[in-house]
Amino acid sequence: MRIGVPKEIYAGEKRVATTPDVTTQLIKLGFDVTVESGAGAGANFSDSAYEEAGATIATDAATVYADSDIILKVRGPEKSPETGLDEVDLLRSGQVLMSFLWPAQNSELLNRLAAKGVTTLAIDSVPRISRAQKMDGLSSMANIAGYRAVIEAAQHFGRFFTGQITAAGKIPPAKVLVIGAGVAGLSAIGAARSLGAIVRAFDTRPEVKEQVESMDGEFLMLDFEEEGSGQGGYAKVMSKEFIEAEMALFAEQARDVDIIITTALIPGKPAPELITAEMVKSMKPGSVIVDLAAEQGGNCALTVPGEVVQKHGVTLIGYTDLPSRLSAQSSQLYATNLRHLLTDMCPEKDGQLVVDMEDEVVRGATVVNGNEITWPPPAPKLSAAPPKPVEEAASEPVPELEKKPSLLGPILTFGIGGLALIGLGAVAPPSFMAHFTVFVLACFIGYMVIWNVTPALHTPLMSVTNAISSIIIIGALLQISSPENWIVWVAALTVLITAINIAGGFAVTRRMLHMFQK
Amino acid sequence: MLQILPSGVVTVAYIGATILFILALGGLSHPETARRGNLFGITGMSVALLATIFGVVTENYALLIGALAIGGVIGITLARRVQMTEMPELVAILHSLVGLAAVLVGFANSLDPSVNFEGVELTIHDIETYLGILIGAVTFSGSVIAFGKLSGKISGSPLTLPARHWLNLGLLLIAIWYGREFVLASASGDDGLMPLIIMTVVALLFGIHMVMAIGGADMPVVVSMLNSYSGWAAAATGFMLSNDLLIVTGALVGSSGAILSYIMCRAMNRKFLAVIAGGFGTSGGSAAGGGEDQGEVVAVDSAETAALLESAKEVMIIPGYGMAVAQAQHIVYEITQTLRNKGVNVRFGIHPVAGRMPGHMNVLLAEARVPYDIVFEMDEINDDFPDIDVSVVIGANDIVNPSAQTDPDSPIAGMPVLEVWKGKTTIVLKRSMATGYAGVQNPLFFKENTRMLFGDAKESLDAVLKEL
Repeated sequence: MRIGVPKEIYAGEKRVATTPDVTTQLIKLGFDVTVESGAGAGANFSDSAYEEAGATIATDAATVYADSDIILKVRGPEKSPETGLDEVDLLRSGQVLMSFLWPAQNSELLNRLAAKGVTTLAIDSVPRISRAQKMDGLSSMANIAGYRAVIEAAQHFGRFFTGQITAAGKIPPAKVLVIGAGVAGLSAIGAARSLGAIVRAFDTRPEVKEQVESMDGEFLMLDFEEEGSGQGGYAKVMSKEFIEAEMALFAEQARDVDIIITTALIPGKPAPELITAEMVKSMKPGSVIVDLAAEQGGNCALTVPGEVVQKHGVTLIGYTDLPSRLSAQSSQLYATNLRHLLTDMCPEKDGQLVVDMEDEVVRGATVVNGNEITWPPPAPKLSAAPPKPVEEAASEPVPELEKKPSLLGPILTFGIGGLALIGLGAVAPPSFMAHFTVFVLACFIGYMVIWNVTPALHTPLMSVTNAISSIIIIGALLQISSPENWIVWVAALTVLITAINIAGGFAVTRRMLHMFQK
Repeated sequence: MLQILPSGVVTVAYIGATILFILALGGLSHPETARRGNLFGITGMSVALLATIFGVVTENYALLIGALAIGGVIGITLARRVQMTEMPELVAILHSLVGLAAVLVGFANSLDPSVNFEGVELTIHDIETYLGILIGAVTFSGSVIAFGKLSGKISGSPLTLPARHWLNLGLLLIAIWYGREFVLASASGDDGLMPLIIMTVVALLFGIHMVMAIGGADMPVVVSMLNSYSGWAAAATGFMLSNDLLIVTGALVGSSGAILSYIMCRAMNRKFLAVIAGGFGTSGGSAAGGGEDQGEVVAVDSAETAALLESAKEVMIIPGYGMAVAQAQHIVYEITQTLRNKGVNVRFGIHPVAGRMPGHMNVLLAEARVPYDIVFEMDEINDDFPDIDVSVVIGANDIVNPSAQTDPDSPIAGMPVLEVWKGKTTIVLKRSMATGYAGVQNPLFFKENTRMLFGDAKESLDAVLKEL
């Protein structure tokens, strides 16, 4: 089957749906590839690079659409305002389209595609399960957006990110607040940290605390009990009380930090307004806010989508095309996401695409199958972070039940051991018990000490314990002065063999340990 | 001659020796501190010996010094001469000496007319004596057999007598019965020599039978178990002699060996009792499905191996017993050096049960002067395999067998293994396609990204080194 990659027609879109590298891999899967001339120009991939990779270059979009069975795009099909060209008109029945589509917002587009019979896979609808991570175009783009957000902020921020003590005085480090610790948020935390800033992060889902801390960010805790994890690893809408507490925290942070990066999105809903005009006013002059939710209305009240504006001395960055601003990187990741999806859908590696609606990933991504709209898909069975069941209270006794049998073992052991010890103590003379105490304590010391021995030294451990277990020589020494002649000789023999052991054990340990070197 | 040191000083010296022994074992937590630890051990032993010689011994100094000197010379000669690949044998034979010493001390003490106890104390003392001899005898004969197996004088394959579990149980019951006889005889004023001798013979047989039933690759468990026994024998002797130094030292060694056995068993995902019961790999071996056609293996020659290694950035070497047999550790080191000089990051991954005793591979690599900071334990590096360009498996089989994870019916199912197959390429050095100790076919060899380099490990690696 032939894969066609047209040039993106959206104004300012620099990304492209495949790269020369990925083209090579697609050809290995058995596909033919056609790329529209200039499709990769915005991401610095020349036509000749595609040709070298084995692709055919088509002079115009119409040819690409006419010749191909599968169309790969970044943005969904649309009408170009300049040329009046409508991509949906170019598609034909039986074709397969893969692109970002946002089916929830574009139901009319879905209807048109279904009417034409174009099987459509929306990359943004790939379910968030472990297996599909490699196809998750949203995560790829979010990662880039988070990184770029920090770079944009640095561009408009008048100071260093990192703190320094210089001959010309002390430079305080920039303080960055990241709201929403999803993929974009974590990426922003990482980028800001590596520039040297102090990074704080907030998220309604407490389970991301560890992820934030793993990126070396500080997780801001809200003194409020509410679980914010929705289905599929996304956040959900929170209660009014929670939001009030949250807003108080943001208001307090706004006065302190230099840069705020907001990434809070709730699927299918306008972005929550988290930074009010008041908070913007309270920020220090020269501060920067990057609003990654600008396209969905913005997390900041004053954001102007697609633009950079100055309000109350604060720079508000509302770019909606951050991934496109790193077009080479985002094209490469997106193309790889698509390639993984194609690999899964082409099990025989023979260039034949199979739309297997039994496959959870394919089912989730397919929004139009032939003439039928198949969106929304049934709920995913698993998510990356399994959502906690609502009936948590009911499920709580279960772990306790599991614990009980595990407690029984030690109780039994200690019980029997204790009884045996009591029995022993009842009959044994005090002199024996004194030795016994020493014995038991020594066993415990041995236990503690030996677990600390590094596995690499287990052989020296054996040879040295062997040497010191020859302390049994003391027994022979006690006997060697016996008046009984034969005991003297037995004792002498014992001394001889234990002496072999002592000398041999210590010497060989020494020899071995001297070989261990860096 | 008179006792020079008062008994209080002797006790203090024993306490000092005890502390020094604990420090000696504690020092082994790191190679840097281990050498100092060994010195502590030597000092502790010297303190204990000197205190006893000058505080307890009154006669026969010439004999004593003579025996010490002869034994010392023999010991040091052994330690100097031994090849590092022969370490398990040496350790086994040294264990047997501790066992023998426990038996001798026990007999001498039991028959010594100057030792007198009454009533309960006599019974307890008799039980202590009896236990000391019993454990000592099992340690002695078991260690001798282990030595024979490790040095190849006795076949390494498990000897499985019919009804061997019943045989063991029977021997145990006989030992307990004669223990009772011995205590009764002793209580009635008799010396009880006969029951003691019978029991000793039974214990010796038990030791032989136990180790005979255990196969070659289970030797790490056996060696550490015998290590443990030698400690318990010393502790029992300490009880018999009412000597705290012996009790403490014995307990330290005993628990050390027990922990090692536990670690080894865990590394094979097997129960301690199952290992001791022996006969592993003989039953259920047919279920391994060795006859199934698993695909084709891809052989490589030394030139290709060298090319693969040179073009790699991350190399992991997984040594097994085969490296020890072929004495290939030095050539492995030279290859490592060459590759590291070329900027290749070479590391070593050691499975806990690789080789024939705990830490065997580490010692061999140390002997070949491989720096210990590039030698890693399985748990440290198992997650790194996806980033490894080339893994080199030298004479190992079961410890890199993916069916431990994938095939629940496999005899080694659940055993932790080094996940080499997750790396980009794996080169396996092997003599032939024979199965490993567990008798399980290894699907690793048939994987797409696995290459087989057949032949003696040392010769193959020599050729590889020439190509580099």
